[in-house]
Amino acid sequence: MSKNEVNRTRRNLILATSAFGGAGMAAAAWPFLASMSPSDKARGLGAPVEVDISALEPGAKVVVKWRGQPVWVVYRTKEMMDGLAKVKDKLIDPDSKSSKQPAYAKNALRANEKRPEILVLVGLCTHLGCSPSDKLKAVSDSETGADWQGGFYCPCHGSLFDLAGRVYKGSPAPINLPVPPYAFLSDKRILIGDESKGA
Amino acid sequence: MEMLKQLLGWVDDRFPLTATWKQHLSEYYAPKNFNFWYFFGSLALLVLVLQLVTGIFLTIHYKPDASLNAAGVPVAFASVEYIMRDVDWGWLIRYLHATGASMFFVVVYLHMFRGMIYGSYQKPRELIWIFGCFIYVALMAEAFMGYLLPWGQMSFWGAQVIVNLFSAIPFVGEEIGIWIRGDYVISDATLNRFFAFHVAAVPLVLLGLVVMHLVALHEVGSNNPDGIEIKKKKDPETHIPLDGIPFHPYYTVKDILGVAVFLIVFSVIMFFTPEMGGYFLEANNFVPADPFKTPTHIAPLWYFTAFYSILRAVPPMFDSQFPGVIAMGMAIVVLFLLPWLDKSPVKSIRYRGPMYKWALTLFIVSFFILSYLGTLSTTSGRTLVAQICSVIYFAFFILMPWYTRMDKTKPEPERVTA
Amino acid sequence: MIKKIIFAVLLCLPAAAFASSEGPKLDEFKPNVEDKLSLQRGARVFVNYCMNCHSASYMRYSRLQDLGLTEKQIVDNLMVTGEKPVETMTAALRREDAEAWFGVAPPDLTVIARAKEQGPSWLYTYLRTFYRDPSRPTGWNNLVFSNVGMPHALWELQGERVAHYRTEKDHDGKEAHVFDKFETTRPGKMTAAEYDATVKDLVNYLVYMGEPAQTKRKITGIFVIFFLLGLTVLAYYLKKEFWKDIH
Repeated sequence: MSKNEVNRTRRNLILATSAFGGAGMAAAAWPFLASMSPSDKARGLGAPVEVDISALEPGAKVVVKWRGQPVWVVYRTKEMMDGLAKVKDKLIDPDSKSSKQPAYAKNALRANEKRPEILVLVGLCTHLGCSPSDKLKAVSDSETGADWQGGFYCPCHGSLFDLAGRVYKGSPAPINLPVPPYAFLSDKRILIGDESKGA
Repeated sequence: MEMLKQLLGWVDDRFPLTATWKQHLSEYYAPKNFNFWYFFGSLALLVLVLQLVTGIFLTIHYKPDASLNAAGVPVAFASVEYIMRDVDWGWLIRYLHATGASMFFVVVYLHMFRGMIYGSYQKPRELIWIFGCFIYVALMAEAFMGYLLPWGQMSFWGAQVIVNLFSAIPFVGEEIGIWIRGDYVISDATLNRFFAFHVAAVPLVLLGLVVMHLVALHEVGSNNPDGIEIKKKKDPETHIPLDGIPFHPYYTVKDILGVAVFLIVFSVIMFFTPEMGGYFLEANNFVPADPFKTPTHIAPLWYFTAFYSILRAVPPMFDSQFPGVIAMGMAIVVLFLLPWLDKSPVKSIRYRGPMYKWALTLFIVSFFILSYLGTLSTTSGRTLVAQICSVIYFAFFILMPWYTRMDKTKPEPERVTA
Repeated sequence: MIKKIIFAVLLCLPAAAFASSEGPKLDEFKPNVEDKLSLQRGARVFVNYCMNCHSASYMRYSRLQDLGLTEKQIVDNLMVTGEKPVETMTAALRREDAEAWFGVAPPDLTVIARAKEQGPSWLYTYLRTFYRDPSRPTGWNNLVFSNVGMPHALWELQGERVAHYRTEKDHDGKEAHVFDKFETTRPGKMTAAEYDATVKDLVNYLVYMGEPAQTKRKITGIFVIFFLLGLTVLAYYLKKEFWKDIH
């Protein structure tokens, strides 16, 4: 056996063992990385939530918890919805092109066609995650500026959103408030977090 | 390739990377006649790393909290079951850590046994042995405090018994016990401090000691089954020991084989019998800690039972458990003295006389019997056996200066044998 | 020499361990957590009978999908209305009430099969050896767990029995009461064989619940060990190849 042959065997064995051992190390790393993802408990608690909207009056808002986040359900009046068209020029992303919403809510009212007056939003500012406060009525004040048509105001850095969760120009928030997946189980019940079950 | 070489050069100008590699691996010359017993050093290092990694991932989910949750279970206990059920692969990480703890002691005991049979503690390796003994003590502290964390019945009552050993110290014992617990009983305060020591303080000490152990080893060089110094016979030109071979690649590839075989043994236990018949995980520790109900039979885990037997073998004197505590402490302290107790002119058991071989055999058998008795409850017969074995344990050390000097040794070879 | 003695001691250890086992004789039961239908039946018994008083507070209902049930089946058949699948299996009896009535709350049963030595056999024997004993406050006693605080929760199924003792002399010549046999005083809904099968289902379930990951553990173990055997072979040849240099 020549010296070269010895080296070749040796090199092949080194490669094979390294590849085999490396694959083993990678496989062994997987359980450790996976252990950091949400546990069964967290996933279970993050399950879709049902909201009863039978007592929700026009013009009012309820907050429910989904995956630990505040989710807003707003029953918009006709005036509120009419106001949305008036502010279109002042918005960063009026058609919600780069914002997050399910396909069925990618429309002017950002709502499910079945009940377009019901607005569902994740109530966390897209800037740094504060929860904006209500400015639902079309009353201008020092925080909202003039010609306010109703919406939300973030107290942390002053971002402004309209009644479809769309962000105003000049706000630090870059995109509109996200619409979570949701479905109407009946006239009175919404399921938030799962769009596959709707009636 | 050229880029890498430049980068390496850049680093080497600022940090002794290549020099360290050479000094500790590629130009560290180890005797070529290492046998089976020489696997356990690298395996101990492997298990240490395994315990550190699994431990870190367990702290991500574990909660050191003795208060009761809504279901009436201690939060700490429930968090272990949470890891076992709700965390993805949490069961694997927890079993790795629990099995790893026992396997750590298996490996360390075999490693220490190796040191004894080949006289690896003798001059000039006394400090390596001393650092090793400190590692062993740190490991015992680590295991003891870690065992409290699942907050089961054995966790609680084991800690209760061991902390009460300190309370046996005359005059100040009571105060010391309270100070260690931070309370009048083992409680939430104790759990929290043991957690802090288990995950931060002791591992840091352990790592430091391991570094010192290895630095001291690489300063004087490894011993070998023949117990002769390979540095005495060097190549006149290269100054490399004639019987030395570079650790890397020869012992790295050999240790990879050792690691693979060890991991098979480890996996068979962990995947198919993680309780190891109650020796690694005790049934009673699946019952949450209850300060009002002592289990009928309390025993430490197997790696402490030899010392526990010695403790129980000493009868209380002057209404005090203290003599037993002293005996148990001395059983560990005496290990540190080994380099100075052994007066033999040879290191390895291969060239020692019959007296040492008999002494060592009796010692090992006694250690096994003590370990086994420590897992059982006491009867008068068992206590008598434990007392005899305890005497043998100490006699092995105390009489060593005489029997090693009187023993008929064989001449050591000039060069290592195959 | 040393090796021989060490091995001899090692060999003696298990024998001595078995010799020292104490307590009443148990009917041996080897659980089978692969039998999903048995686990489903056991889960139902657990929910219907045990969970009146005992919780399994580390076990989420949603996890019962391991048994081959859909989430809907779990919700419809095993859960009380209004509970969510993420919730853990909690007893109907409130802990505060239990403490007030019995003095102690019934223990959580999630890991009960692991909390006893020879857990499966212990549970299998225990659940089949209840008998009527008027001297006990509950009116019940048990062969394995004497003076147990729990009444016989499955008595409707097993029926009522009394225990007969006989007097025997032990090897020291002392007289001792030894259990002789049971006598059925009131039959239950099940025959003895049906009842034993039901208890087997229940114990199977309890063993599963003690460690829901055990099936996955064993499967993972087989893969890991085969992988390591492969690595060992490669490492062996690698070592051999390099050590050709050493003479």
